[in-house]
Amino acid sequence: MVSDFSAFYIFLKRDLTLAYRHRSELANPLLFFVIVISLFPLGISPESKVLQGIAPGVIWVAALLAAMLSLDSLFRSDFEDGSLEQMALSPRSLSLLVLAKVLAHWLVTGLPLILLAPFLGVLLFLPENAMWTLIATLALGTPILSLVGAIGVALTVGLRRGGVLLSLLVLPLYIPVLIFAAGAVNEAARGFSVAGQLYFLGALLSLSLTLSPFATAAAVRISLS
Amino acid sequence: MWAFIQKHSSPKYFYRLAGRLIPWFGWIFLAFLIAGLYYGLFVAPPDYQQKDSYRIMFIHVPAAWMSMFIYMVIAVAGAIGLVWRIKLADVIAASSAPIGASFTFLALATGSLWGKPMWGAWWVWDARLTSELILLFLYLGIIALNSAIEDKRTASRASAVLALVGVVNIPIIHYSVEWWNTLHQGPTVTKLSAPSIDISMLIPLLLMAIAFQFYYATVVLMRARCEVLDRERNSSWVQDLVSDFRTK
Repeated sequence: MVSDFSAFYIFLKRDLTLAYRHRSELANPLLFFVIVISLFPLGISPESKVLQGIAPGVIWVAALLAAMLSLDSLFRSDFEDGSLEQMALSPRSLSLLVLAKVLAHWLVTGLPLILLAPFLGVLLFLPENAMWTLIATLALGTPILSLVGAIGVALTVGLRRGGVLLSLLVLPLYIPVLIFAAGAVNEAARGFSVAGQLYFLGALLSLSLTLSPFATAAAVRISLS
Repeated sequence: MWAFIQKHSSPKYFYRLAGRLIPWFGWIFLAFLIAGLYYGLFVAPPDYQQKDSYRIMFIHVPAAWMSMFIYMVIAVAGAIGLVWRIKLADVIAASSAPIGASFTFLALATGSLWGKPMWGAWWVWDARLTSELILLFLYLGIIALNSAIEDKRTASRASAVLALVGVVNIPIIHYSVEWWNTLHQGPTVTKLSAPSIDISMLIPLLLMAIAFQFYYATVVLMRARCEVLDRERNSSWVQDLVSDFRTK
C-alpha cells in the first residue's frame, strides 16, 4: 500500500514523464505567448514610450491566454484512455492526485513562461526595476491560473468542443489575478512599493491551493458520471 | 422535516403548487410595479443635481440587486442539488440563470443610459460597472455550460460547481476591481448607518425592488414548470397530464 505522499509523487513523476515524451507540444503555448506579445508592437506602435506603458498588461494578458490554451491537455488524454476513471476509483484522495497533475502541468507550462517573460519585457521596453516584480507576479500568479483553470477543464473534459467554452468559464475567474499582477508591475515601473499587491497574490494563491483541488475533484467526478 | 421537504420538492407536487402560485405572484408583482412606477415617476421629487434623469434609478438599482440575489439563489440551489440531490433545486438553478443574466444586462443597459447624461459617457471602466459586467460573464458561463452538457442531471451538477466557484470569486473580483478603479457613487441604501437617500425616493425604490422580486418569483416558477415537464417527460404523471390535455 502506498502512502498519500508517495501516490502524489508517483503521479507527479508520471505526468512529467508523459510531458517529456511529448516535448514538441510543450513549446506551443510558449510560442503562442511570444507571438501574441510580438503582435502588439506591430499593431499599436513600435515607440518605446507607448510599449513601456502597456507592457505589464500585455505580458499578463498573453500569459493568461497561453495558460488557458495549455490547460486543455491537463485531463484530456487521461479522460480518453480511462486513467482518469482509475484515478477516481483509487483509494487515494482524488483531490491529492489532481493536485499532483496540476503541479506537473504548472512545472511544464507555467515555469517556462516565467523564464521567458523577462526577455519579452525587454522587447517591450519594460523598465529594469520592474523586471523582478514581473517575475515575482508570474511566480505567484501562474500557479493560480493552473489551479483555477483545472476546475474549468475538469468540468468541460467530457465535452467534444470544450475549448471555447473553457475560456468562457475560466477567463472571468482570472480577472483578480490580472488586476493585481499587472497593477503590481505597473507600480513597480513607476518606482512604487508593490508589497500590497504581492501579498494579495500570495493570499489568492493559498486560497486557490487549498480550495481548488476539492472543486476540481468534484468536477472530475461529475464529468465521469 | 425531511418527509416534508421530500413531499414538497417532488416534481409532481411542485408542478401543481407552482401553477397555483404563479397568478398570485403575478398580480402582486403588477400591483407593486404600478405603485412603484407611480411613486417613482410622479410623487418623488426631482433630484437637486440630476433633475429627472435620476428616475432611471428605480429600474437600475433593483435590477442590480436582483442580479446579485439571483446569483446567490443559483449558488444555494446548486449546493442543495449537489449535496442532497434534490431535483427541484437543480431545476430552480437552471431556470434562474437566464433571468439573472437578463437582470444583469438590464442593470448594465440602464446604467449606460444613466451614465451618458451624468458622466458624459456610455461606458466607463468603473469598479461597479466592471464587476457587474464580470457577473454577466459568469452568468453566461453557467448558461453555456448548462446547455453544452446533454444529460440534464450532469449539466446541473457541473453548473452548480461553477456557480459555487463563482460565489467564492465574486467578493474577490468585487474588491479587486474596486481597488483598481472607482468613479461610481458609493452605496447609499445598504450602508450600516442611516441611508443617505431621501425617504421620498427610498419608498419607490423599495416598492420597485419588491416588484422585481415578485417578477422573478413569477417567471422562475413558469420556467421551472416547463423545465420540470421536460426533465420528467418519461414519468407517468407527465404522460397522464399530456394525455389529459389531448383528450380535452
